[in-house]
Amino acid sequence: MSSFRFDTGGLIDRSSVIDFSFDGKMLQGHGGDTLASALLANGQLLMARSFKYHRPRSVITAGAAEPNALMEIGEGGRLEPNTRATMQELYDGLVAKSQNRWPTLDRDFGAINSIASSLFVAGFYYKTFMWPKKFWEAIYEPIIRRAAGLGHLSHEDDPDRYEKAYAHCDVLVVGSGPTGLMAALSAARSGASVILADEHAACGGSLLREREEIAGQPGHEWAAETLAELAAMKNVRLMARTTVIGAYDQSVFGALERVQKHVAVPDHDVPVEKLWRIMARSCVMATGAEERPIVFGGNDRPGVMTASAMRAYANQYAVAAGRSACVFTASDSGYRTARDMKAHGVHVEAIIDARSDAPAIETGGVPVITGAVVTNVDGGKHGMKGIEIDRGSGHETIPCQSLAMSGGWSPVVHLACHQGARPSWDEDEYCFMPPQDNPAIIPAGSANAIWSLGKCLADGAARGEQAARLAGFKTTKTPVPKARDDTSHTSAPVWWVKQSTGKQFVDYQNDVTAKDLPLAAREGYDHIELAKRYTTSGMATDQGKLGNVNAIGILADATGKDMHEIGTTTFRPFYTPVSFGALGGQHVGEHFAPVRMSPLHNWAADLGAEFVETGLWYRSSWFPREGDDWLAAMTREVLNTRAHVGICDVSTLGKIDIKGSDATEFINRLYSNAFAKLPVGKARYGLMLREDGFVGDDGTTSRLSDTHYFMTTTTGHAAETMRDIEFAHQALWPELDVQYASVTDQWAQMAIAGPKARDVLGAIVDTNLSNEAFGFLAAKQVKVLGSVPAMLFRISFSGELAYELAVPAGYGEAVANAIMHAGEPYGIGPYGLEALSAMRVEKGFVTHNEINGRVTAGDVGMGRMLSKKKDYIGRMMSERDGLNDPEREQLVGVKPLNPANRFRAGSHLVNPGDKASLKTDQGYVSSVAYSPMLDSWIGLAMLKHGRERHGERIMLWDGLRDVHMEAEVCDPVFFDPAQEKAHG
Amino acid sequence: MAYLINCPHCGPRTTDEFYIKGDASKQRPAAIGDGTMDAWHDYVHIRDNVRGRMAEHWHHTGGCRQWLVVERDTVSHEIYAVTPANTWKATSRKGSSTPARKTPARKTPARKTPARKTGGRAKT
Repeated sequence: MSSFRFDTGGLIDRSSVIDFSFDGKMLQGHGGDTLASALLANGQLLMARSFKYHRPRSVITAGAAEPNALMEIGEGGRLEPNTRATMQELYDGLVAKSQNRWPTLDRDFGAINSIASSLFVAGFYYKTFMWPKKFWEAIYEPIIRRAAGLGHLSHEDDPDRYEKAYAHCDVLVVGSGPTGLMAALSAARSGASVILADEHAACGGSLLREREEIAGQPGHEWAAETLAELAAMKNVRLMARTTVIGAYDQSVFGALERVQKHVAVPDHDVPVEKLWRIMARSCVMATGAEERPIVFGGNDRPGVMTASAMRAYANQYAVAAGRSACVFTASDSGYRTARDMKAHGVHVEAIIDARSDAPAIETGGVPVITGAVVTNVDGGKHGMKGIEIDRGSGHETIPCQSLAMSGGWSPVVHLACHQGARPSWDEDEYCFMPPQDNPAIIPAGSANAIWSLGKCLADGAARGEQAARLAGFKTTKTPVPKARDDTSHTSAPVWWVKQSTGKQFVDYQNDVTAKDLPLAAREGYDHIELAKRYTTSGMATDQGKLGNVNAIGILADATGKDMHEIGTTTFRPFYTPVSFGALGGQHVGEHFAPVRMSPLHNWAADLGAEFVETGLWYRSSWFPREGDDWLAAMTREVLNTRAHVGICDVSTLGKIDIKGSDATEFINRLYSNAFAKLPVGKARYGLMLREDGFVGDDGTTSRLSDTHYFMTTTTGHAAETMRDIEFAHQALWPELDVQYASVTDQWAQMAIAGPKARDVLGAIVDTNLSNEAFGFLAAKQVKVLGSVPAMLFRISFSGELAYELAVPAGYGEAVANAIMHAGEPYGIGPYGLEALSAMRVEKGFVTHNEINGRVTAGDVGMGRMLSKKKDYIGRMMSERDGLNDPEREQLVGVKPLNPANRFRAGSHLVNPGDKASLKTDQGYVSSVAYSPMLDSWIGLAMLKHGRERHGERIMLWDGLRDVHMEAEVCDPVFFDPAQEKAHG
Repeated sequence: MAYLINCPHCGPRTTDEFYIKGDASKQRPAAIGDGTMDAWHDYVHIRDNVRGRMAEHWHHTGGCRQWLVVERDTVSHEIYAVTPANTWKATSRKGSSTPARKTPARKTPARKTPARKTGGRAKT
């Protein structure tokens, strides 16, 4: 291979030797190398195979826009595909693999596609793989996906940590080239807090890649001094390896910092990547400009790269793609490359300038051929042999090992366009200019088509001051150091060398050729957004950073429109790809969602509870003994509670403390049933509707004094109900004098249920619990264990004689233990959510399984709880005809004819003899439990005309599991319908 | 959408802290008396897809837990005002004769395309 490292020069540290591997080959590079420069230094010019045609490819750029040199970096869980070798810092032990080739990069079977390439024109897939329809998913797509692919995923867990972080500053400067450095300096000197972000590991931008002088010293030295000055300022934060990936409303910017992507084994205490949100008052967009390739035959051959990339490799990394070079240019950039390469000892054969009126520029003695174009490149996977040119008098060849190309420059306008503004074509500079819609994003330097170094320094200083003033700071004029201030010559760009003989690429990464765009236009896809999607030009991971402007130029040419009429496609964040790891941040595994634990969690855990997730809560589900399964444990818990006494953690219920002189009126408007006359010392079951008339939530509310209520909600809807209550007061009835606070986490609440509940509680509560003194639905503030303030309610969700006791959360465990101790003689046992659910199904009590947002109060047999005497949330809409239709499904119980037959919630109800269909559907099963009291599986269901059908037979149809059985419709209350136990 | 909401109680906070209920221009009709089913249908179900200025109920769930009315532009994302819901209602009731919901959506001019030649760039 032709690429090599110079003996001297470059900004690399030759004293540090770094071992790395590429496709299993052990290679060496130096400190300061990128993977791309190190590969070139090792003669590894061939780096990749192209997406569709599997053409051999090498680097085209030395930066973020790289479309070709994408690789898999790392191994196992750390493997990251599609990494740009131009952006990957070299580190000891780096493992890189080429992609999209089989069996090897050198001998790639897929290259056969290139021979059949005339088939693979734009729209090929749409036209070819149409029939038969079912072949697409089964046959065509898997084959195409395998053939045209990017890198692989390891499917192993990523062992590394990612983080999200916030930063605030007055002025954000994006890019640390000459413009950005001056902008940061001038803004910082005004006292503004400044963040200077640069996507590269080393700050300095073009000053590291060009041979320039500033104030009489080499540009990179001036950059180092300026960076040192900035680093010493307290109000400046330098962020290298940080790509500003998006600009959002109100000067909020997204940035990705690659904290540890340049080490083999990251420190686990530090994230590998950080996703930043930067809140800035203003932003200087010193993002520079991207050099455009020219579209000509063989413009993708290894050894062909942009003129600025060739200079960057030579000046910063001391490497070259070949010992000899040619330059094909339509701008002055090509001449600089010729001079620089000659200075590095590379033999420069000729400058081919597409302009016939090319200005006289210093070439360093390299011959210039004006008015000529390159039509083909003789080369392949082993490098270049020469180029074919046309100066108007037929083709001739020039031997050379590398070719620099420059079609002109495009300002990197992305950040100014992320909020929807479009760039505009400038006829003088032949480039798309950044929009100026957002005064807080200030384009500067070459990002605003200012090309000379001296002018960039001055513009940077001025824009930095402008940004500081915008942020409210007073500025003084920053002295600008002296530098080259030549005038830039640009002339009409050459989009496409039509007389080319080889394949001409517009979008390298997606293998879109120049001929695809006129084809798209001919077939009617002549709008740029349509042409993009039809040809896939600009749709690869590089989002067409190199090719888009050429594509627009070619499309303009094909349609006879000008550049302005064609315009650009939409610029969307992110500027460069962002890993899912960074987007997920720390929210993975156990940190994916917060964990809510009841104050009685440890109490239950000590008793051996199994827990179940309900929302964010972990609720004790059952208490196994000696290898019980859940069914055995639940059965034991129910039988013990119904025969003796049980204790259950119900702390997860939503609890809301409500006070105020209008508290009664307020609560009366929240519930559908009457609350105005609830006496002090009483609890009442309440039903809440939504404004659309359907049931929203239920719970009990107790009146503790004239102006003080304690409301409970369901566990699942606690947050929503609280928000609705706040809305009802603040937005609907602000005139009411009422205060409310969620106290869910402040109280540990337990249910003590069973015939012996009174005896157990009596031992620890300082109040008379007799039926006369504390009857069904009594509520009272009491003391337990002599001094612990508590609330006691005689409410029952089990159908037993039951109490709910709430104590301050911190006392929960002690009180629960005291109850266990007091209950020991009575045979007390803990019961979990499974037993609680089984008992409530036995009793026919509804939960959100039943009140699922589609049912009315009437549907669940609570029609009489809709007051006719007051306004309340949902009152009017609950009276709609459709909500009172006699055809609606109604709550019933279902019992399979064979009690041992288990069925599942979600099963549908069908009349015996009917074939299950939407038309014959009679309803569905909402809850199922095994009833220890009935020794049968039982369920609650919603059934058409259900209340009239008790005693009828119905089919339970579970199409998902193919389980069907006959059942009897019955009253939803299976156990103790007279409520004798609860009132006992 | 705007990223920072200037909560009147808490100061500028990120939108992540808020829950958005939607259109605040509708007023709840009375359920007894003069409230008609048509008025209720409008209040519960009918929403304009506003292009331009609109007022919405936002809840500062991760902050002061107060309901606010955020007046914002659905096109430019500009935020005009953030007001506590209780006082906003009061001002719109007694304030102008046309409550916020009657105000026609403000026509937002299309984004200005910079003049082709200048591109707004300062000539150096």
